Amino acid sequence: MGLGKVAVVGAGMTKFVRRSLETPKELSWAAVKMALDSCNLTIDDIDAVCIGSAPDAFDGVHMKGEYLLDGSGGWRKPVMRSYVGGGTGVFTPIQGWYHIASGMFNNVLVVCEEKMSSCQPHPQGAFITIFDHTTERPLGPNLLWIFALEMNRYMTVHGLNKKDIALVSVKNKKNALDHPCAQIAENITVQDVLNSEVLAWPVQRLDVSPPSDGAVALVLSSEHYAKRITDKPVWIEGVGWCLDSAYWTDRDLYYPKYVEYAARMAYKMAGIREPRKEINIVEPYDPFDYKELHHLEGLLLADKGEAPKLTALGVTQRNGNMPVCPSGGLLGVGNPIAAAGLMKIAEIFWQLRGEAGKRQVPGKPRRGLAQAWGDLMQVGTVVVMGI
Amino acid sequence: MDWEKQKFFGTSLETEDFKKGRILTVQWKPALDYFYDTGIAIGRYLEGLREGKLTGVKCRKCRRIMVPPRSFCEWCFRPVDGFVDLKDTGVVQTFSLCYITWDMKRSKDPEIPAVIAIDGASPKMGIMHLLGEVNPEQVKIEMRVKAVWKKPEERIGSITDIKYFKPVK
Repeated sequence: MGLGKVAVVGAGMTKFVRRSLETPKELSWAAVKMALDSCNLTIDDIDAVCIGSAPDAFDGVHMKGEYLLDGSGGWRKPVMRSYVGGGTGVFTPIQGWYHIASGMFNNVLVVCEEKMSSCQPHPQGAFITIFDHTTERPLGPNLLWIFALEMNRYMTVHGLNKKDIALVSVKNKKNALDHPCAQIAENITVQDVLNSEVLAWPVQRLDVSPPSDGAVALVLSSEHYAKRITDKPVWIEGVGWCLDSAYWTDRDLYYPKYVEYAARMAYKMAGIREPRKEINIVEPYDPFDYKELHHLEGLLLADKGEAPKLTALGVTQRNGNMPVCPSGGLLGVGNPIAAAGLMKIAEIFWQLRGEAGKRQVPGKPRRGLAQAWGDLMQVGTVVVMGI
Repeated sequence: MDWEKQKFFGTSLETEDFKKGRILTVQWKPALDYFYDTGIAIGRYLEGLREGKLTGVKCRKCRRIMVPPRSFCEWCFRPVDGFVDLKDTGVVQTFSLCYITWDMKRSKDPEIPAVIAIDGASPKMGIMHLLGEVNPEQVKIEMRVKAVWKKPEERIGSITDIKYFKPVK
């Protein structure tokens, strides 16, 4: 295609917490500093900055990209903020990828930040405007509705039980115990999930990730630079994204077709014909436990309705054949929207370099995939990385 | 990357920090009103609701009958070929029993949001609404439901002119 090769060469992140003392700029600065330090670059080496952050309503700050610019290392550089709902954290590195693959830039910072705690009494309030203002909002919806409606459809079409799905929450919260930045890592049982408070049936308290504050940053480089910066570049081999209709009540929610299209786009670019054999580790978007399963199916890594079986058989455990969310995911590490998606890319980076510490999956994985999802069940973003 | 030595930034605040006044905050409450215009297709939809009926649109090219109505077919990317009166009955595609409000306050009785595929529209073409006059434990996907309308004099041309959908045999 005439596109240049692009590698991730550095990564940094802050702790994910329910409410941080630090401002969004300070969180961004800390993540960027760690990412630059990790590959011995300075801000002068950076040609351009890609910022990802969720709707302005969370912070009550207009032009959030411009607001975050100084903390993101964007002073007097080409800077642009992208936003595709919850899919943002995996889209922003795609934006960084085409900045470099096009030949425009050599070293690009990708910075995703979210501070949801400013929005009171609950950041859920900032989500209400995703529903149609004339035909849906007069009904008094809240964000949990769409997840509950989708989860119920998924469970009913495939005849799944809540306990099949709760295993995901148990696994991810346990994996997160090994992540020093995790917000809600804990050892829980399936029974704990089933006994937790019902929010919007079938969604219960322990099925859900928390609102969080946090930031993640990556350094991306062109081939020429990447090979000089590090002996262990992690190449971005395939990218894909796809958005479905906002007329979400006209679609069958049991299967995320748009995630499949995004995955097919990324697999094609990466030359992957048999994703189940060729992808070693997966970080699918898991804001709710069922979403991990739903996305594994959309990514063609499990047959429709079969992802719960893989979980029950232990295939998706860190030491299983296809580790899924070895980081601990959004359910364990936390869910500062855009930053959560980029955390998944950073995790694949650390895992493929063999630098994931206690979270390292065995067997020297060579290829990983991160995926995010968002808006009215309509956004799929996918990145395939390899060494 | 050495996870043992790496120091991570981020200072977690606790409720106690605020109670004891250890943290300073500035509060801002936006006071804005928005007046959303209906547009062409949804304007007709709301007129229909005021008259006690559901309205869709049809596209001759993809042969879909769509609801909520829209002025253009997003698949064929051409103008739709007119409005169609739909029935006020349908089939529950999915539902939830919701015990919390948007600001995470608990309610005793659940609200029951649902996606309802409307009779007369193409298969699985639905709208979001609420279910009522039903025992929450007996709601099922594939259940047939019918709109319960407000009295004609109370209707204002809004989705809430339908109070909710209730089960029908």
